[in-house]
Amino acid sequence: MSGLNEPFQTLARQRGAAELGIWIFLASELVFFGGLFTGYSVYRFLYPDGFLAAGAETNLIIGTANTAILLTSSATMAVAVWAGREGLRRHVLWGLCLTSLLGAGFMVLKAVEYAEDIRKSLVPGAGFALPERGAEIFFSFYWIMTAIHAVHLTIGVAAVSLAAWRLWRGRVDWRGTAFLHVLGLYWHLIDLIWIFLFPLLYLLGRGG
Amino acid sequence: MTDAAHPGTPDHGYSLPPSYLGAGTTLRSWLLTTDHKRIGLLYLASITVFFLIGGIAAAVMRTELMTPTGDLVSADTYNRLFTLHGVIMVWFFLIPAVPTTLGNFILPMAIGARDVAFPRLNLLSWYLNIAGGTLALVALLLGGVDTGWTFYTPYSTLYSNSYVTLAAAGVFVAGFSSIATGLNFIVTVHTQRTKGMTWMRLPLFVWSIYATSIILVLATPALAIVLAMIVGERVFDLGLFDPTRGGDPILFQHIFWFYSHPAVYIMILPGMGVVTEVLTCFSRRKVFGYEAMVFAILGIAIFGFFVWGHHMFVSGQSTFASLIFSLLSFVIAVPSAIKVFNWSATLYGGHITFEASMLYALGFVGLFTMGGLTGLFLASVPVDVHVTDTYFIVAHFHYIMVGGMVSAFFAGLHFWWPKITGRMYSEGFARAAALLMFVGFNVTFFPQFILGFMGMPRRYWSYPPEFQILNLMSSFGAMILALAYALPFVYFALSLWRGRMAGDNPWRATGLEWATASPPPRENFAEPPVVDSAPYDYHPAHAEPTEREDARDREDQDDRPEDPR
Repeated sequence: MSGLNEPFQTLARQRGAAELGIWIFLASELVFFGGLFTGYSVYRFLYPDGFLAAGAETNLIIGTANTAILLTSSATMAVAVWAGREGLRRHVLWGLCLTSLLGAGFMVLKAVEYAEDIRKSLVPGAGFALPERGAEIFFSFYWIMTAIHAVHLTIGVAAVSLAAWRLWRGRVDWRGTAFLHVLGLYWHLIDLIWIFLFPLLYLLGRGG
Repeated sequence: MTDAAHPGTPDHGYSLPPSYLGAGTTLRSWLLTTDHKRIGLLYLASITVFFLIGGIAAAVMRTELMTPTGDLVSADTYNRLFTLHGVIMVWFFLIPAVPTTLGNFILPMAIGARDVAFPRLNLLSWYLNIAGGTLALVALLLGGVDTGWTFYTPYSTLYSNSYVTLAAAGVFVAGFSSIATGLNFIVTVHTQRTKGMTWMRLPLFVWSIYATSIILVLATPALAIVLAMIVGERVFDLGLFDPTRGGDPILFQHIFWFYSHPAVYIMILPGMGVVTEVLTCFSRRKVFGYEAMVFAILGIAIFGFFVWGHHMFVSGQSTFASLIFSLLSFVIAVPSAIKVFNWSATLYGGHITFEASMLYALGFVGLFTMGGLTGLFLASVPVDVHVTDTYFIVAHFHYIMVGGMVSAFFAGLHFWWPKITGRMYSEGFARAAALLMFVGFNVTFFPQFILGFMGMPRRYWSYPPEFQILNLMSSFGAMILALAYALPFVYFALSLWRGRMAGDNPWRATGLEWATASPPPRENFAEPPVVDSAPYDYHPAHAEPTEREDARDREDQDDRPEDPR
């Protein structure tokens, strides 16, 4: 049987192990981001006005566009995973390539947004633009949350691209293994984290 | 018992493949190995180096504290020394010690597996650990860190001019290693158990490593994120914990202790597992209350996540929060006490022999009990407020960490040494080292309870002259302790050189790891073992335990000089 690694004797058991492994990893990722969400909640409670004022300064258009892009990329990733179960190689390749392109598109838009944030002096430190108490804390969280998310996304784009290339060259056993499923679960986590970041960072302070 | 370490001995009724040590002798065959046993030994080598570095820092501190005035090192150097000691000992010795060495070596064999579920991830985790340790050591060589191992804000973010970023990065990287190891063990226990090895037949060592792994996976990321926040604040001028910009430094303590209290159980749970294996073997008894032990292990792992606030009684958190955390801290003493009582009940009526690993294990039970009981003092708010940041705390956690955890590590190392190397060590020397360690430990740390209660604060390089006698005692004890730690290097080296062949199962222990050759072959077992009985099957149910059939022979052997020349 191809794709079977030490110390496994059956592909089914190996698949189960890989899936359990990635779920455990995702659980640890939730704790990792959980620290940031905890900190955000504490300061949101302490400085409601500062957070509202600061939240209105983020770029809603780019944020919304990026949300749409990332949700679509999760759909293309799901296509790749489901096509993989059916053994449809061409569909898997298309799914992976689209996912990786959409991920890269997110990064480009994010870079444009970061450049604009820097122009508007929304970087914490000396010369920070907003006077409200707590606004600087909001932007501290904005930067560290989106930056850590971007690191995860960069790893995701690299992993998906590498997977697509290796699959194209026939260098990976994707039939019957958990390879695509594990990759997909990681990608969906990146998406899921963003679904929480979007309302926290972009929808705040827009109600008036 | 014939000499089974040589391949092909007909003792087994089948010919054995060569041992894992014979599977390649080049440096490359070690550094690129995916064999869990070799990775365990790689870890053993690296944690030994870190233990020595951390130990030397402690030795310099104890020398400084022999006199009331600061004369050997400057106050600033002293700060860097205790930070170095804490960072290295906590993250590069205590946390990885038992899980990555004995856990890596023994756990797959104890469940009848060929290897861990993800062998390459296992090797990667060692390299991550080395990378993290190297970063931390570079920070040390450049001039050190002066924040204490806890990296408390705002000192670590706003004021410290030492290499906090580098050290935090080192601990961050080592965290990935912890998570990878924990993940690997969880999946291994779920998917690699051999036929008949049901959950309720798992040795308690496996259960304790399993519970530890859950904590590793779910607590370590909290440390990672809080260190990332510190680095973000130092490097990118974020205001997350900066009071001048509205940040709250106490938030750091909450997230930090959300990791670091469970981390205490990462350090002690594997030790409890080791001690259970050793106590049952050398009292020839089934463990008392197996199910209760399992639920106590899981209970400690779960409750450990809800007591972090007891590190923060004087931080200004609300009195209500302090009371709740105090209550929960008393609750977590219950499963710990269950374990101590069950160990005692296991010993009761057993045929006890005092091999070196048994001496270490008995020392563990006593010292852990003392550390645990003084933990109850600290869990009650009024006492804690009185002794906060004094040597009472230092003594308390050293009783758990060094008296408990390090004793258990040595118990396990002596217990499984014949399995790992295929050779015996000098029992006489080993017993002497075990006793010396127990005595040296108590002489070092018991005076610190008194010092702390009298009000001597921790982390100072000088003190009022009336504290000198107890400090001298403590430093004297540290010398005994250093000697006790040096001894095993000697007799383990002698054992490797010309130790008696151990045979498959020198202690007549139960457990699958003893059912294969010593040292084991690369595949662990010639064919997958099948389990048909409960663990610790030392005597029939409802029957008295019996003396080990070879105990008398062994006693005779021990009376002879180990190396007749």
